Amino acid sequence: MTPSRDLFPDRTAIAARHPAIMAGSRRSQMIGWALVAALLALTILALSRLEFSFARLGSGLLQLGTFLGLMIPPSPGTQLVTFSKALAETVAIAFLGTLLAAVISFPIGFLAARNVMTNRIVQFMTRRFSDSIRGVDTLIWALIWINVVGLGPFAGVLAIMTSDIGSFSKLYSEAIESVDRKPSEGVISTGGSGLHAVRFGIIPAVLPVLISQTLYYFESNTRSATIIGIVGAGGIGLHLAEMIRTFEWDRVAFIILMVLATVALIDFVSSRLRLALVGQRVTSV
Amino acid sequence: MSHATIRLPDNQIALLSEGYRQEMAQRRRTTLIGIVILMLAILLSGFVAEVRPGVLFENIGKFTSYFGRIFYLDNGALVFTDFGEWFWGFWKWGKQLIDTLLIAYLGTLFGAIFAFLICFSAAVNLTPKAGIRFAARRYLEFCRTVPEIVFALIFVVAFGLGPVPGVLAIMIHTIGALGKLFSEVVENIDMKPVEGIVASGGTRWQSIRYGVLPQVLPNFASYALLRFEINVRGASVMGFVGAGGIGQDLIEAIRKFYYSDVSAILLMIIATVMIIDIGTERLRHRLTTMEQGR
Repeated sequence: MTPSRDLFPDRTAIAARHPAIMAGSRRSQMIGWALVAALLALTILALSRLEFSFARLGSGLLQLGTFLGLMIPPSPGTQLVTFSKALAETVAIAFLGTLLAAVISFPIGFLAARNVMTNRIVQFMTRRFSDSIRGVDTLIWALIWINVVGLGPFAGVLAIMTSDIGSFSKLYSEAIESVDRKPSEGVISTGGSGLHAVRFGIIPAVLPVLISQTLYYFESNTRSATIIGIVGAGGIGLHLAEMIRTFEWDRVAFIILMVLATVALIDFVSSRLRLALVGQRVTSV
Repeated sequence: MSHATIRLPDNQIALLSEGYRQEMAQRRRTTLIGIVILMLAILLSGFVAEVRPGVLFENIGKFTSYFGRIFYLDNGALVFTDFGEWFWGFWKWGKQLIDTLLIAYLGTLFGAIFAFLICFSAAVNLTPKAGIRFAARRYLEFCRTVPEIVFALIFVVAFGLGPVPGVLAIMIHTIGALGKLFSEVVENIDMKPVEGIVASGGTRWQSIRYGVLPQVLPNFASYALLRFEINVRGASVMGFVGAGGIGQDLIEAIRKFYYSDVSAILLMIIATVMIIDIGTERLRHRLTTMEQGR
């Protein structure tokens, strides 16, 4: 027998026997359909407001197909050395940015944690501070830092650092808040000061989590570092944007492949490091 | 009767403490080597990234004074003295912010739909064929690793300036990011309902519809909302490369030194992002409690 479309031929009979259950599911079904209708209406509104049209999508896809054809085979042309240098710069930017942000966010994380910082005002201010930093994209920070230290990779380092301070402060303070209270209570009960409680009760417990999160960010920052070159803050992004603007599609493909390989390598190294430093214990980030 | 303390003979203690000392020395050596490698990496990357702390300290005043300057109007008055002048482009920027939100919305929605279609092929418990799984996972990885701005740059050339390339770029990045999370959710489900449906003759689609979906839908929605929040931020800079939204005016204001405009636009972006953050967090909280109540 082939599986029929109607799994429950006696559906009406079942519905008649269990009116309460069926009424409940009908209500949630109504809510579901209303939600779908609302999403659909918003989608149609957005599509018309943002000037989507089949003609535009069609011609764009055709163009994209041509570009894809031109991307094969990927080749660096004569600029292999330039690209490699720029890629090294990108990795350096990501590494330094992440490290600096981690060092700066470490104390901030404690200030923003509810169980360490008993002064609510300080804690609240620190939270809002890191929220505002996170609300501004890395690219915008790069533009601002270029005003300070000039064009070049150093501005990129500072941009990655700034936007990561926002993320790290939040992640670190959440990790600190979820720590077991008992060790620090033990330290306090034997006459230790608040700082002792932090040093011997909290830091040993949270350090593996913090290191693991930081290593995870190193990988994602390598991706961010590939694009800040677009606004002139160093790294491979400058070349990538230039090659796209001048339609050198084989070089575009080559740069993208280089970036993919580098990110995969860093992912591999950082997960190895995470295992070595932290052990199997911390798996979820 | 007092307890006799068991004490090992001296020669054995010496042996053990020697072993302990060696163990500790080994650990110290490993730590030392780690620190040396870290220092070398810092120096090397500092050299490559042209880090010049001198320039930073010399010009750090510019950083703080930049934030000072963006809070002054052209006529030299503090921005707070004249809100009309400060937010002169409120309606214009408001419209662009709405465009930005719509770009993020469409990108998230379409991205989530495609991620939904692909995620079952990337999950080991539903797709035992290694070939398909490998292809699906590599595809998702590609979408996720190439930054959305890069896609936007390419799409601007193909589709022309405007929000269309922005939506498509965010969509592709979202496929990669959500596809991975979705497939991880699917891998963690209880397989018994699926097995039951397959055993009673259900097709693959039926087993997904009645066995998998009810378990994963709240988690999927929660991740999609989180992604929307991230995409709002991403959409706010799409205008930097001409892909629509508020970014266009922002980069113009920064590049042309319209200081008070910079602060006004940034404040509007930050406020919008915060409102979206709070809203999605509430929704996600309700979704997760709904899931636990099940």
